[in-house]
Amino acid sequence: MNDPWLPYSRGRHAEPVQGAPALLAESLFVTYPGAHGLALRGVSVRVPCGTCAALIGPNGSGKSTLLKAVAGLVSVASGVVRVHGNPVGACHHRLAYLPQRGEIDWAFPISVERLVLTGRYVHLGWLSWPGSRDREIASAALDHLGLSSLADRQIGMLSGGQQQKALLARALAQEADLLLLDEPFNAVDARTQDSIYQAMRSLRDGGKTLVVATHDLSRLDGAFDAVVRLRDGQVETKPLNGVAGKERAWTT
Amino acid sequence: MDYLTAPFRYGFMQNAILAAVLVGVTCAVLGVHVVQRRMAFIGEALAHTTLPGLVIAHLFGWSLSLGGLCAALATALLIGWASRRDAVKEDTAIGVVFTGMFALGVLLMSRTRSYRDLTHMLFGNVLGVTTEDLWFIGGVAAVVLTCLALFHKELELTACDPIYAEVIGLRADLMRFLLLGLVALAVVTGIQTVGVVLTSALLITPAATAALLSDRMPRRMLLGALLATACSVAGLTASYVTETSSGSAIVLCCTAAFMAAYAARSAWHRLRPTAAIPVTKDEPSEVAPA
Repeated sequence: MNDPWLPYSRGRHAEPVQGAPALLAESLFVTYPGAHGLALRGVSVRVPCGTCAALIGPNGSGKSTLLKAVAGLVSVASGVVRVHGNPVGACHHRLAYLPQRGEIDWAFPISVERLVLTGRYVHLGWLSWPGSRDREIASAALDHLGLSSLADRQIGMLSGGQQQKALLARALAQEADLLLLDEPFNAVDARTQDSIYQAMRSLRDGGKTLVVATHDLSRLDGAFDAVVRLRDGQVETKPLNGVAGKERAWTT
Repeated sequence: MDYLTAPFRYGFMQNAILAAVLVGVTCAVLGVHVVQRRMAFIGEALAHTTLPGLVIAHLFGWSLSLGGLCAALATALLIGWASRRDAVKEDTAIGVVFTGMFALGVLLMSRTRSYRDLTHMLFGNVLGVTTEDLWFIGGVAAVVLTCLALFHKELELTACDPIYAEVIGLRADLMRFLLLGLVALAVVTGIQTVGVVLTSALLITPAATAALLSDRMPRRMLLGALLATACSVAGLTASYVTETSSGSAIVLCCTAAFMAAYAARSAWHRLRPTAAIPVTKDEPSEVAPA
């Protein structure tokens, strides 16, 4: 029997492959359209389920590109990407991409609750509206991230940290297993970073897998299970003080 | 009171008021999306580019609405297509296309030596709306409002967070095409009431006014629709009583409402400085001790 179609796409629903890592990339090459050279040059990364991995490296090293390739936002020139053992696009309801803050129109007239509810759309598709179950899931997600009291606010009225948590709540409402966070700590102060880390950790403890692109190197030890360093579109193998052991464990 | 209700005993005034309200409400609700997506300039351009379509239809004796619609849809497709290329910036492309099309329309019109018809196209002739026109206007209103209702959640998401939408397989450019098509439809009906030059006012001003008063999409749409209705009735009545151009009167009512809302909002913020200022600093209260 065929699997049901996925809403909004021409793909079919695919079950996660037992024992497969949450994210697997093998010899990944990505060119940017119109740009010279390669954004990623043979990147291989393996992130097991239920872990929290940091993706670090200077600007332009390919962190965002790697996340976008996994999310299906840029096309892959060659190499393999698997999410829970399935190709990109076959399971995008399991994958939540949290864009950099600047890529969202925070002035848009929408409440925090409704933004979180958009996480349900991937399960709904065309001509179908969120029902009471979707609202319950969204409100539980808001509750989990401590945003319930802000549910009625317009999204631009939140602080930077609260906005990041609203995006995490949406990923939770989506019931995604793999969360890709692009620079979640940009332009938030140290105390807010703490609260975002806490939120991330509680999601990981709940069985989610997180891949976080960041250039904040101060917390690599405590906050992440694994660190992958990129430079010029390649995985950096030269050890970095303190986190070298973790690096070896997680890159192939 | 008789003085104000008297005009509406005439059949042509009843048609006019119905047309103005239908067009006004359609444009206002659609305009909420247009304003939020900063597509105001495109709305203006689409209205202007209908002129050659209208003139050609007029010359050959075809339906004016159909001529305008074809020109507007063609422009909507062109703009949508051009904005996916990088060679020319979108606003530049729009500027080139819309002035060129408008000039072509005026040129064609000057060949017919009928400036009276040209004036009707440029500034509208809501008092000349026929029952047939009303059916067309009603049909467009139904199509536009139905599409906006059916695709509300997709239109909302692709405007607010296009990247997330792409990741779940929802194409932002597809929704933009849909919106451009709807704007093209609405603009053609706007031309009958306020004319080519002022149609974008119906699309933008009531929606912009509503945006000053609310920060939710559905509430903005409701407010915009109410404003458009009130301004259409008030404008038509005023133009009848003072014997002035009806399209301009409707648009000026919208402009006055915008200025009133702007003043009210400024006064409100002065009275309650904390009311609607976005939080720029992170609130310490949200941080639990690590």
